[in-house]
Amino acid sequence: MQPSLKGRREGSPWVGLWAVFFKEMADHLSSTRMRILEVLILFSAVGAVYAGAQTLRQTVSEDPFLLLRVFTAAQDPLPSFVAFLSFFLPLAAIALGFDAINGEYNRNTLSRVLAQPIYRDALLWGKFLAGLATLALILLALFLLVVGLSLIFLGVPPDGEEVGRALLFLLATLAYAGVWLGIALVCSVLFRSAATSALAAIAVWLFFALFWGIIAQLLAQAVAPYDPFNPESELRQAEALLAFSRVSPNTLYAEAIQAILNPGVRSLGPVLISQLQGALLGSPLPLGQSLLLAWPQLTGLIALTLLLFALAYVLFQRREVRA
Amino acid sequence: MVIEAQGLTKRYGKVVAVEGLNLAIEAGEVYGLLGPNGSGKTTTILMLLGLTEPSAGTVRVLGFDPAREPLSLKRQVGYLPDSVGFYGEMTAWENLAYIARLNGLPKAEAERRMGRVLERMGLAEVADRPVSAFSRGMRQRLGLAEVLLKEPKVVILDEPTLGLDPEAAQEFLGMIRGLKAEGITVLLSSHLLHQVQAICDRVGLFHKGRLVLEGRVEELAQRVLGGAYRIRLEASPLEGLAERLGALPGVARVQLEGTGLRLEAAQDIRSQVARAVLEAGASLTSLVLEQPSLDEVYARYFQEVRHAA
Repeated sequence: MQPSLKGRREGSPWVGLWAVFFKEMADHLSSTRMRILEVLILFSAVGAVYAGAQTLRQTVSEDPFLLLRVFTAAQDPLPSFVAFLSFFLPLAAIALGFDAINGEYNRNTLSRVLAQPIYRDALLWGKFLAGLATLALILLALFLLVVGLSLIFLGVPPDGEEVGRALLFLLATLAYAGVWLGIALVCSVLFRSAATSALAAIAVWLFFALFWGIIAQLLAQAVAPYDPFNPESELRQAEALLAFSRVSPNTLYAEAIQAILNPGVRSLGPVLISQLQGALLGSPLPLGQSLLLAWPQLTGLIALTLLLFALAYVLFQRREVRA
Repeated sequence: MVIEAQGLTKRYGKVVAVEGLNLAIEAGEVYGLLGPNGSGKTTTILMLLGLTEPSAGTVRVLGFDPAREPLSLKRQVGYLPDSVGFYGEMTAWENLAYIARLNGLPKAEAERRMGRVLERMGLAEVADRPVSAFSRGMRQRLGLAEVLLKEPKVVILDEPTLGLDPEAAQEFLGMIRGLKAEGITVLLSSHLLHQVQAICDRVGLFHKGRLVLEGRVEELAQRVLGGAYRIRLEASPLEGLAERLGALPGVARVQLEGTGLRLEAAQDIRSQVARAVLEAGASLTSLVLEQPSLDEVYARYFQEVRHAA
């Protein structure tokens, strides 16, 4: 070995990545979990279109964004498609990722696989990308089902901007699913037992779904107390609340799709009357402006996914092959 | 030298798993890394493969540094872990195909090799069955098939006979002997000393992370047991025979054992023993040269160490 190469690893960390990717992908697609998810997809697509169509038939006014309404309209007792997705996707992502690494330990396959000429990088990347690709596949199937069914039921073809918004919505949803896949992956490296790992990941999900809203409120009250004689304090508290609740990926996702799917939304935070001067209320924003509005949330979700993956990566690189 | 280690040390926190290990294994050798559970055998193997990082010391396998050139190393070194696991829902063929892809073998070449190794391990008929239905012995053979898939120069086997019934274990050891005939260097670890001693050219005995004894089985027996040749005889009457035989040149000790005697001698002196027995007027019913057992070497060595302490 030349002295200049000393301290360097030989070869590429990507060797074997695609072998792992395709094996994991095949595993996911043929697994029982996938069967369960497929049934859920079918039900949710039919439910969403039914709810959307019911609501829309009752609307008589002209609406230029029919397809987007199908995504967001809710009909009691059915939730809207978007509400359903934000509930269902974290669980699907956790189901695909919670036993990624500890499953290899428990089946005693890890040392055998790592004795092959690949780096650990390839194994982790392959598993992550396979999970993400499977989620993308689920999402795409769901999306096409909803679009197709709504075409049949409503008979109104979407225009270019609507399709653009729908695709952006798909991207944001994938990033959101990636965050939960990352959380599941970290849990699968941290915990040796698959059941513990699944439970831990679900606990994180419950924490953000149920408790973070309350905690954010308490934190906001503590950081920016409301003073009845100072109207500005109310605004400060609202802003603090927003900042705290944006720690949760659920909030980021909700805000991102609100901006993308609802062209009438002009701001995701508190708006003062003075800021609305000269605005035509209710008039839709062009796609570019909506994207600009959702940009921080979108990049936040993607960054969070990468951060979680990096955490899983560091933990996994340091883990002993033997317990 | 195919495998070379110098001052190899591994610490987990305060616990020392392997300490100051020096190892030199030549091409074509079958080397046994022997010792009780938890004496550092598996840790040593993982360090040789670069699967765990040594705390100190250097390793070279086929001239490669496991920490810096793991890919070239692992392309030519096969490893069978102690509790080998497979993806249960996949068939034997699919499990091998995955490993072949990880090794970057082209499809046609991979299929040719897979057919050959499955045939050789006697698994060709069950290749399409899911591995979850395989017995322990079949899994072990599938593990060896996978190791051979990359046509390795060095094969490292961790506890290859663990959990196998005696017949399957002997069969598996026969397969390992077959590797030596092909010129493959074999490093195997085991705590079943008597089981593997017959196929090892050299052995290293581990105790609490240290390699305490190393050499050929006969050498070690000679060194530790004194007399390397142990002769067991049955004769009657036994009276006075022990003294007579003890006086023969080269006899280290004579012990009464059941209905016969056990001699330890520096050479194979069976003919002298036979003559002495007959000259004493006794009738000789059996005379056997016993193979020294490594278990005994190990036990005796630690007895002596304890006595010395």
